[in-house]
Amino acid sequence: MEPSLFKYILRHSRKQQLWIAVIVFASMPFVLLSYELPKQIVNGPIQGEGFDSPTATADFLRLAWEPPSFIYDGELVFFSGFDMERLPYLVALCIAFLGLVCINGLFKFYINTYKGRIGERMLRRLRYELLDRVLRFPIAHFKRVKAPEVATMIKDEVEPLGEFIGDAFSLPLFQASQAAIALAFIVMQNYWLGGIALVVVLGQTLIIPRLRRQLLVLMKRRQLMARALSGRVGEIVDGIAEVHVNDTTNYERADLANRLGQIFFIRYELFQRKYFIKFLNNFLAQFTPFLFYLVGGYFAIRGSLDIGQLIAVIAAYKDLPSPIRELINWDQKRLDVQIKYSQVIEQFETDNMVEPDRQSIPDGNVVLPLEGQIEVSNVGVTDDTGAKLLERATFKLPLQQHAAAVGLVNSGAETIGDVLAGLAAPTAGRAQVGQYNVEDVPAAVIGRRVAYVGVETYLPQASVIDSVLYGLKHAPLQPPTEDSDNIPRTLEIAEARRAGNSILDIDANWIDFEAAGVKSAGELQHRVHKVLEVVELDQDIFDLGLRGTIDPEGAPELAESVMKARTELRERLLEAPLKDLVDPFDHEKYNHQATLGENLMFGTAVGDTFADANLASNAYMLGTLEKSELDGELFNMGRGIAETVAELFSDLPEDHPFFEQLSFMSSEEIPEYKKVLTRTAGVDFANVKAEDISALLKLSFAYIEPRHRLGLMTDELEAKILKAREMFRENLPEENAGGVEFYDEEAYNQASSLQDNILFGRVSYGMAQGPARIGEEIQKVLTELDLRDAVFQVGLRFNVGTGGKRLNALQRSKIGLARAMLKNPDLMVVNRALSSLDTRAHEKMIKAVMEVASGGESGHRFGLFWVLQNAELARNFEHVLVFEDGALVEEGEPVALAGSDSKLSALVG
Amino acid sequence: MAGLQHEVDLLRRIPLFANVEPAKLKLLAFTSERITYEDGQELFHQGDAGDAAYVIISGSADVIVDTPDGEFRVAHVDKNAFVGEIAILCDVPRTATIKASERVETLKIMKEHFLRMLKEFPEMGIEVMRVLADRLGSTTEELTDAKNKIRELQA
Repeated sequence: MEPSLFKYILRHSRKQQLWIAVIVFASMPFVLLSYELPKQIVNGPIQGEGFDSPTATADFLRLAWEPPSFIYDGELVFFSGFDMERLPYLVALCIAFLGLVCINGLFKFYINTYKGRIGERMLRRLRYELLDRVLRFPIAHFKRVKAPEVATMIKDEVEPLGEFIGDAFSLPLFQASQAAIALAFIVMQNYWLGGIALVVVLGQTLIIPRLRRQLLVLMKRRQLMARALSGRVGEIVDGIAEVHVNDTTNYERADLANRLGQIFFIRYELFQRKYFIKFLNNFLAQFTPFLFYLVGGYFAIRGSLDIGQLIAVIAAYKDLPSPIRELINWDQKRLDVQIKYSQVIEQFETDNMVEPDRQSIPDGNVVLPLEGQIEVSNVGVTDDTGAKLLERATFKLPLQQHAAAVGLVNSGAETIGDVLAGLAAPTAGRAQVGQYNVEDVPAAVIGRRVAYVGVETYLPQASVIDSVLYGLKHAPLQPPTEDSDNIPRTLEIAEARRAGNSILDIDANWIDFEAAGVKSAGELQHRVHKVLEVVELDQDIFDLGLRGTIDPEGAPELAESVMKARTELRERLLEAPLKDLVDPFDHEKYNHQATLGENLMFGTAVGDTFADANLASNAYMLGTLEKSELDGELFNMGRGIAETVAELFSDLPEDHPFFEQLSFMSSEEIPEYKKVLTRTAGVDFANVKAEDISALLKLSFAYIEPRHRLGLMTDELEAKILKAREMFRENLPEENAGGVEFYDEEAYNQASSLQDNILFGRVSYGMAQGPARIGEEIQKVLTELDLRDAVFQVGLRFNVGTGGKRLNALQRSKIGLARAMLKNPDLMVVNRALSSLDTRAHEKMIKAVMEVASGGESGHRFGLFWVLQNAELARNFEHVLVFEDGALVEEGEPVALAGSDSKLSALVG
Repeated sequence: MAGLQHEVDLLRRIPLFANVEPAKLKLLAFTSERITYEDGQELFHQGDAGDAAYVIISGSADVIVDTPDGEFRVAHVDKNAFVGEIAILCDVPRTATIKASERVETLKIMKEHFLRMLKEFPEMGIEVMRVLADRLGSTTEELTDAKNKIRELQA
């Protein structure tokens, strides 16, 4: 990249910079005129200069020039103007003034938008280039890179550049010329005074930059500190578990405070220096008029200077400081952005960057299959500390062989896995995969023909299905059917070109059906299901689907089928053996297995308004209770519960296992409830404080008779609650309408999961195996109604969360494995993945994958290179490589290595 | 129906809990789950890890042992019986299977809760010893009988 910001700007926006300068100069006469005109208005028509007699007229818009007499004697009149009387002349001048205001405004508008646009475009280019470099960094480089630092650099540190770029050339040109004109005028009026002004200005331009040098150093330090700070914050967030388990929160606090302090002191020093320079600047600016008054006054008194001249000089000088100040500000900004720029790009310069060609989409998007064998000769890998990870490894394998590599951690087995997938570059020797040397194989070949599953599979935030299909997205294949945003695509492309960005369309269809060995979206769906079955993720995803929600308007058929399943399940629940297992929701009946609060609201809370934690303090709910005369009764019920709990638990030590079974409150809350009980004892309900009411209502709202068995429910109370339920629903104010989705026997409940919609009730407490039996029955119903696949599809849309954290590590690894198989590679490298599986499950998984790799359904046989954690499992492979201390020490068929003196047997133990 | 009070009364009728003060029994009942088993459902199976003991509130159940010749019913328990305590006392897998022979209602007492109660009420510990010793006595008696029978048959 260009080492200097100005070169960078010029290289990418020379024409635009030139244009903006032209426009700025074109606007100048109008600006000067608009300064001039008010003077004319006041002097002419208003004060009457030139209108000595009532009939006198003036020429409006007269264009004339009196050249120096050596060129032409007299006046050149280009346009004699309109002859006007005093009043019309005033009107004409004022209208001209208004016109100028408009013209100047429009110029400013145009210039500002234009500057904004080139700035933003350049920023886009720069950010894109930086990101592009990140994508081309050699993998090893990432050991030294902190993600939040890169993010800060690309996002924040280059931001001020955008504002500056528009001003980079035009502003200094414009302001400098203004200053020059003012200065020239002064010089023309009086050489002496002009000389003084010139000397001071020269002094300013010489001294100030010198003073700024120290500023530069400080600014650099500040930028580095700020960047390191965001790196640290990122580390703390990523390693938060470590911080907690080591009780180092205070250590981290101290570290952060120290860094913030350092930034503070750097900034403080910066301010001191910056404002001192400003002070000096202002002083010098004011020093000139002081000299004018003193020197000019002296000459005027002596009679050698015309007073009119002096006044003209001082007036002209008034115009000088503002452009000078602008120039100085510009210079300040220039320094700032130049430092930022060089500090940023420095971080993006590294050796061995991947050549752009290697990552480009191949001609016709065609990648030929790998053929031949894996040939590793004398390969050594040394890491950046000089440690030898692998030494002189030499072996040959047919590409389609199913081979395993075993060895202890850091034995070199995992390194050779990385080498074959192009993730680690050999520092010695040569590794050949099929037709290619891994060091210069195009990314398209390694990324499509070789699949890799590492120890950890990182998933960006996306749905499960997007994560699985990620390995098929190499190039845009069909343009999107409709534009997803409102900017026309042609405009997007044109603008991307101007900023040197990629013009590939993210909204296009990137999914390569052919690579997955299918022809249509339907077939792909089937294939995805198959691979997820192989990695035993299908049931997990089905369960995610059951727990997922759908938008019934978006998927009316599914919602309808779910309703059918609900009816079907309900019928089955009427008969033995499932009878009594579920209490279905019925708006005319009290649901004994649901909390009292749920019975009142009879719906699913959406958002916080009616959420469990807030229900007992919600004004509308309290109002409804009051109207249905339940408030006092439920309050007393809450008191009863609190008393029972206080009585039963009060003298237990806090760690007593009984507390685990206490659902109403935590052990820490008991003293608080005791206080509430004392406060409310014998107090008339009308006088009880609102927060005490809420605290106690919370207890009665959580009450479930079959679970808590305190015998607090009566038929009468249930009837009252049903009435309140009705009232709550009928009178729900408009602003709360979105806060609850009511249970309706006939309608799909959007806020509830598929499972809850099918069940539409609560599983009874105290029925042995209740939830499990109901779960089985739901699965049966879904299978019979042929809904399993639809639920599975809902599960596929489950969002995996940042870094896939909503899935567990094993599920993430399995997705990695599924994704690898889905792209039908020629070689699949599995590098110590799935090690959390026990031997039996791991072996089962290996066999399932091996079946796919042997051709399975698709008929495409591919090679496996499986780096195993557990050497015992090597018996499943055709060929085994044994690594020890970075060297290949043994290889052959597992049977041949079964002897008791083999290294393999030693590893199996 | 005051379920909890009813359960406390039930617990008091069991010799093991007879000497525990009512407030503690109420606490035990409050923190225990009440679980219903249908005819044929198992409370637990021989060989499973034991995490709880059960008080039978109503109904009855068979105590079954797996033998090489198939399942063998060794006893029948009904209302007020306390079962499953061996596994939680000795930390061994379940020594037998308990299968409901009709609809059975139980109070499931978690292992930690039971052990804690034992610690807090030494009387309960003595009661447990008494019950176990009782059972040992009858088992020894049965064993003697069985041995005699074998000798008779051999003779």
